[in-house]
Amino acid sequence: MADQLAIGSRRGLKPALPLLLPAYLWLTVAIFLPLSAMVFFSFMTDLPLAGKEWSFTLGNYAAFFSQSLYSTLLFSSLRLGLEVTLWCVVVGYPAAYVLAKVLKGRSREAIFLLVILPFWSNGLVRIFSWAMVLREGGILDTALNAVLPFKINIDLMYSYPAVIIGLVHSYVPYMVLTCYLTLQAIDDSLIEAGRSLGASRRQVLWRVIIPLSMPGLIAGAALIFVPVVGSFMEPRILGGRTGTFYGTIIEDQFVAVFNWPLGAALSFILLAVVLIILALAAPVLRRAA
Amino acid sequence: MATTRILEWLGRFYIVLLLGFLYLPIIIMAAMSFNASPFYQLPFEWTTDWYSSLWQNDQLIAATWNSIEIAVITTLISTVLGSMASLALYRYDFRGKKVLQALLFPPIAIPWLITGTAMLIFFFGVGIGRGLVAILLGHVALALPYVIVVVSARLQTFAPELEEAARSLGANQWQVTTRVTLPWIMPGVIAGGLFAFAVSFDQFVVSYFLSTPGQTTLPVEIYAAIRKGFTPEINAVSTIIIVVSMALMLLTARFFKFGGEK
Repeated sequence: MADQLAIGSRRGLKPALPLLLPAYLWLTVAIFLPLSAMVFFSFMTDLPLAGKEWSFTLGNYAAFFSQSLYSTLLFSSLRLGLEVTLWCVVVGYPAAYVLAKVLKGRSREAIFLLVILPFWSNGLVRIFSWAMVLREGGILDTALNAVLPFKINIDLMYSYPAVIIGLVHSYVPYMVLTCYLTLQAIDDSLIEAGRSLGASRRQVLWRVIIPLSMPGLIAGAALIFVPVVGSFMEPRILGGRTGTFYGTIIEDQFVAVFNWPLGAALSFILLAVVLIILALAAPVLRRAA
Repeated sequence: MATTRILEWLGRFYIVLLLGFLYLPIIIMAAMSFNASPFYQLPFEWTTDWYSSLWQNDQLIAATWNSIEIAVITTLISTVLGSMASLALYRYDFRGKKVLQALLFPPIAIPWLITGTAMLIFFFGVGIGRGLVAILLGHVALALPYVIVVVSARLQTFAPELEEAARSLGANQWQVTTRVTLPWIMPGVIAGGLFAFAVSFDQFVVSYFLSTPGQTTLPVEIYAAIRKGFTPEINAVSTIIIVVSMALMLLTARFFKFGGEK
């Protein structure tokens, strides 16, 4: 009824539809239907292509639970995600604090742009850059041996630390960005009030600054944790043989082994785990905000 | 007060260290593209051979063209469709609007590994298969939410009274949109378009699952080359890519400023 009253109608779905439909149809065809198809395929024995025999099965999910390999790898991917996220907090939070509270004016703007700029360059290329640095006989090795009086051998390439370094490098700008936004919103007078009431620097940090910037920390953690758990390119390039994670196993199902139903089931399990973790983080985020 | 001073200088020093960590590998990678040794040996010897040998690498050139073509088409389609959707979400109130807005987040939040493999399965199932068409379908879908979010942010600064005023002065819907609303949101539309270009041009994961040997994009080709073994030619392409995407982002930042503060 209301939509008949309004002149120059701003109510009702009908006038909005022609503008909305193209975009949402595209999203349906390329995102939502594929995700549903993935769930469907994960219950099949084989691809329903070229007249192959197929039937419904729970076998792909059973495979996950019966073979410890998959759950071990999922666990190590979750651990990788957690470690990378923690390192990003350790490296990124102090930088965000300096940007928000120490630097002022133009230098703050310029440095802020410099910090988030590499993040907009190709992730693959950044990982490849680290391969240049970490190789045996690579730049780090050569440079350290040129400076140090004794001979050392640095060969971080194809190791777990190399994967961590590459991933932290790729994702730390997220943490700087989200923490900067919340830290900047903290009123300086709150910090001064705390100090003048006799709180030490450390107390102000733990009782005022960190609690108030919690939403930024959690948003950053979610933005980092989710893609890292599903990463496969970074562990492949920097981890070599030690770089087998849950993501690389899923990749294998699709490009090497061609067991798509199993790959779909593994993907869906990953999606479910990620969603559960995000759901657990959501109330903390809402309470903090 | 003296301790405050010292702490502030420590903070500045820390920022310099962080910038070093962020840029060092990229600078070294770029430097090695100008080094003569094919095995990345030092001492450094200046050469531009790797860049000229790129021109002979037909596979890489073809992939580069595909990347540019797909990025341009993705930008056009997602900017137009995304701006239309943002306008609708801004102008009209209807039931389920919150749901439509929430639906924009799965494409951004779900890991690309999952989205990419899901697209592969679905496109195969319905007969689209793999290749450039599939890659384009995927890229537009990934870029759309970003465009809608950016354009909607710009629309927040637009006063609805302006549309009302134009309408009461006798302008029809089309005139209101093209003469009043569009000029105002243009910086947002351009920023959204640059975002879309960057999302597509730098996209690796989704393209990787949807490409076939003849029909690939540059990042997929580089991944294959890295896994075969490094050559300074990869450094040369990578340097070009990084310069292009950083320049694009600087442009976007400019337009964002325009969008945010005026």
